[in-house]
Formats: sequence, structure tokens, C-alpha cells
Amino acid sequence: MGSVFLGAVQSMGATLRIMSYNKVGFTGFIAVMLILFMSFIGPFFVPLDTETKVDQIYQTPSAEHWMGTDHQGRDIFSQIVNGGKDVIIVAVVAGALSTFIAVTFGTLAGFAGGRIDAFVVSVTDIVLTIPQLPLLLVLAALIKLNNIVYLGIILGALGWPALLRAVRSQALSLKQRDFVEAARALDLGTTHIIFREIVPNMMTYIIISFALAMTGAIYAQVALVLFGLVPFSGSNWGVMLSLAWVRGAIYFKDSIWYIMMPVAAIVILQLSVVTMTRSLELVFNPRLRSGE
Amino acid sequence: MATTITAPPVKNIHEKQRESGFYRVTHSYFFQKIWKALFTAWVVVTLTFFLIRLLPSNPVELFIQDLMVQYGMPYHEAQDQAAALFSIDLNQPLWGQYLDYMWGLLHGDMGTSILSPGTPVTSIIMRFLPWTIFSVGIALMISFTLGIILGLFMAYRREGLLDHILTVMASILSSIPNYILGILLIIFLGVRWGLISVASMRGTLSPGVEPGFTLEFFKDALYHAALPILTYVLTTIGSWMLTMKSSTIGVLEEDYVTVAKAKGLKEGRITSSYVGRNASLPMFTLLTIAIGFVVGGSVLIETIFQYQGIGYILLQSVNKRDYTVMQGVFLVITLAVIIANFFADILYSWLDPRIKLGKQE
Repeated sequence: MGSVFLGAVQSMGATLRIMSYNKVGFTGFIAVMLILFMSFIGPFFVPLDTETKVDQIYQTPSAEHWMGTDHQGRDIFSQIVNGGKDVIIVAVVAGALSTFIAVTFGTLAGFAGGRIDAFVVSVTDIVLTIPQLPLLLVLAALIKLNNIVYLGIILGALGWPALLRAVRSQALSLKQRDFVEAARALDLGTTHIIFREIVPNMMTYIIISFALAMTGAIYAQVALVLFGLVPFSGSNWGVMLSLAWVRGAIYFKDSIWYIMMPVAAIVILQLSVVTMTRSLELVFNPRLRSGE
Repeated sequence: MATTITAPPVKNIHEKQRESGFYRVTHSYFFQKIWKALFTAWVVVTLTFFLIRLLPSNPVELFIQDLMVQYGMPYHEAQDQAAALFSIDLNQPLWGQYLDYMWGLLHGDMGTSILSPGTPVTSIIMRFLPWTIFSVGIALMISFTLGIILGLFMAYRREGLLDHILTVMASILSSIPNYILGILLIIFLGVRWGLISVASMRGTLSPGVEPGFTLEFFKDALYHAALPILTYVLTTIGSWMLTMKSSTIGVLEEDYVTVAKAKGLKEGRITSSYVGRNASLPMFTLLTIAIGFVVGGSVLIETIFQYQGIGYILLQSVNKRDYTVMQGVFLVITLAVIIANFFADILYSWLDPRIKLGKQE
């Protein structure tokens, strides 16, 4: 038992060391970890401040309120800590679904070719053409999108076309490689070729696709919440942004903290997820490591 | 082995077919793109019809219920009124309604606004659409051209200081959501630093300015569109720059560039007609994605800046549940994207003739 545990720690240490070869990517990775920690563990230590305190409206940061207070005198820091969970859950659900669709059908299309390929490509072209945000707005008017998992599924179901194109062209080029032809000549079977030869070589692409799908989902869901199309449920960075915008927080001198904090949280999350992919590339693509 | 024996006659038939004029027209690149555009348009129209008409709580039924509850109308009367507004004959079977709906759309009939009775949806769209085409079109042209030039520059000066600065800027800009950048522009340029007057830049035209071919009109239109355009440009330029940079680095290693240099061609000519032209080709496939994204994003940007274009109207009608306007605007936005994609495809095939020969990707 002890040796297994030690081995796991060692391989994790090795992975972290590989990731740290790329400084920017590693910074992104650490930032993502911190945001995850803050959003999922933080709420146990910093409960959401829901009490209206009329005498403490729009305060600037102080020892008591680290990020100041909002239009009802509530602590902004507690809202930031509690507001990330929903955003991240929706992003992960949507990202996982988009990546799953893109990788499965992209590889299938690229590998099978012929009619299957033509069909997948034309469906992708159609979905890609329909502007996502207007469609989401129309959907928001017709069905209630107040369940976060449900919202994530809808975002994921719409967000795959661009990723599928990338995966498909990657599969097309991998198909021509010598090692795939060798595997074919050895008659190793389609399942083996796809899961042991092609997919491991596309791991980098899959990880990047997942990260990009997540940022796309963050973009769309915050937009929906900001413009009041998803019913407010609890605290969420999008809701904070929306309230700050609607209450005209941008026009008061001391209220800038209220609008800038959710803005900063969202932008930092987006940036870290994107930069983190550079380090993940190193882990999944050994060829990149030698150059460093 | 049997296939090699039977193969030649099959090939001959194909060649004969290819020679006939009809085959050539129907399988030409142009025709295929038109067909694809029309098919996509049909899918979107059908999807919209089913959303509006077939969902369990569809807006037509909701509207009828509303009329009955609010004004105590009998069901038939309410149904008639709903039918008139949505321009659907509700007494027909569903497929009849569908055909009717398609027929109406082909004639530009999208029903009448629910909230401002008597105003046809088409006239609302005609009033607001030009502003979106104007602002989004100018912004895309600026960011595309500027992105290509900057990307080319970055590839030539790669690993230089300016390349690093521009790369960092491009990555940051492309990961900030466009509506957040819009809010930041208002906060900092407008409110904090007081550089611009956000209030007077709202809307599409200042009061008193009449549309027409006058300098005053163009200046005013640009003044009001400046903030949306700036936002579109800043949020899209990053991805153009980065893609162009990596594409240019790839082209610079090609043999024909080395040959051109060996022939002693002028540096400027190599950059523009050898490197620039070939490196910018992959950008046009990205353009199709960008058009949809920017037009879709216009909903948010126009709302942030109170710029009355088609996106602003879409969000307004969604918020007020004006379903007929919402449906019409959604269709027009999608059609605009389909048409823009069609032209991007044609432009791409004109720039890269290999595409027309069917060697896509």
C-alpha cells in the first residue's frame, strides 16, 4: 500500500515538474487550482453575506471587507468566493459534452471517410453557421434554463462544431502516418487503432479542445446571466456583474470595486484556463519536451 | 483482384458524365456552395418553426391563453387574433401551417409585432438591420486587415521584443469576453478618465441628423458606432494575429520562398505576393467562424452601448417576449451569417483556386 501511494506521489511530482517547464502555462495551472480551491473549499470558511447593511453601501476595500461592499452593503469578497462554483460546474459540464461529441464524431469522420465523413461535415457546417448566442437567447425565451447542469448540457450541445473540425483534420493527418499504417498492416483492429494509436496522439488536441470549450461555455453562460435571461439563482459572478450593471455601479466613484471584482474573476479564470493548456501540452505530448 | 478488371468501364461512365454540361453545373463549386447555403437556411427556418409552434409551452398557445385570461376572450376569437399576428392559419393541420409559414417567409411576411400591433416585423428589421451590417462589417474589415498585417510583422520579427509584447496582448485580448471589454471601455474611457462622452454616443444617430449622402451623416454614424466597432476589433484581432503569425512562420519555410529569394526578388514583393498571400489563406476559413461569432455577439455589444441595431432588438424582444419579432430577427441574423459565409467561401476559392478543384482540406 505504502509503495503504491509513494509511486503515485512520485509520478504526480514528475508530472508537475514537466508542467513547470513552461512558466506561463504553469502559472495558469496554479491559478486554475487556486480558483478551484477558492470556489469549492472556500465557501466552507467564508459564508455568503446576505444581510443588507444600509449604512455600509459601496465601501472601498478595508481589513473588514477585503474587496469592499456592494449596493446593499454586503461583503464582495464573500460573493466572489461563493460565486465561482456554478460558473465552473456549467463550464465543465459543457466542456466535457462538447469535447466528447467533437472527439467521437471528429475521429469517426476523419477515420471512416466516405459518406459518414460527408454527413458529419455537413451537419457540423450547419450547426457552425447558426449563431450560437442568438439561438441561446431564443431558447432562453422559450424554455427555463435555471438548472445549472441543464444549462451546461445545452451549452455543450451547441459548442462542439469548431472543435470537431480541428479534431477531424487531426485524425485525417494521423491516419496517413506510418505507425497507423503499420498497425493496420499488423491487423490490430479498428478499436485498437483508434484508442491505442490515434487518440493518445490526439490527447493534446483533446485537452486543448476541452479548455477552449470551457472558455466558450463561460462566455455564453455569463452573457446569459448578465442580460437577465437565466433566472438568478444564488450568488454567481455573472449575477454580480448583472446587478452591478443594472444598478449603475459603473457611475459611482466607490462602486468600481463591485463591478471590477466579478470582471477580474471571470477574466482571470478565462486566461488561466487558456494558458494552462500550454503546460498540459507538455505532459501529453512528450515530443514537445525535448526542445525545452 | 476482380475490382481491377471491372474498374475501367465504371471510370469511363464517370468521365462521360463529367463531360456533360448538367453534371458540370450541378457539381461545380459555386453550385455546391449555393446548395449548402439554401439547405442551411431551410434547416434554420424549420427549426424556428418547430420551436415556435411545437414546444409544449409554445408562444402561440401562450399568447392565446394570455388573451383569454386577460381580456376574457373566447378561445376562437383569441385564436384568430394569434393567427393574424403570427401570420399562421391555426385551423390548418400542422404540415399546412408549415407550408404556409414557408410561403409567407419567401414573400418577406414574418407576421406582426405582438407588443406594437400593426407594425410588420419586416419593417422593424429593415429599420435596424443596416446599422448592424454597417458596424459589424467595418469592424470585421479593420480587425481582419490589421490582424493579418500585425501577424505577418510578428512572424518576421519573431522572438523580438515587439513580438513578445504583441503575443501577450493578443492572448489577453482574445480571452476577455467582448461584453466585458465593452463594460470596461465604458468604465474607464467614459466614466473614470472622462475621455469620451458615453451618453452622447448612445444610439445610432444624433437627433436632427438625417440619413443621406452627406459628410455630416457619415461622421455622425461613425461617431455613434465607434465604441461597438472598437470592441469588436479589440476582441477579434488577437486570434487573427496569432493565427496569421503561425501560418506565416510555416510559409516562410516553404521551398518557393527560398527560390524567390534565390532569384533575387525584392523583399517587398516576396512578403506581399509569396508569403502574405499564401499565409493568409487559412485565415479565410476562420473568417466564416468569426462572422457568426461577431454577429451573434452584436446582441450583447449593442445592448451594452445602447446601439439600436438588430442585436439590440433581439434582446429587447426576448426580454419582452415579443415572439414574432424575436423569431423574425433570429431568422434574419442567421440568414445574414449564412450569406456572409457564402461570400467568404467564394472569396476563398477565388484566392486559392485549389479549393475549387475539390481538394478541400
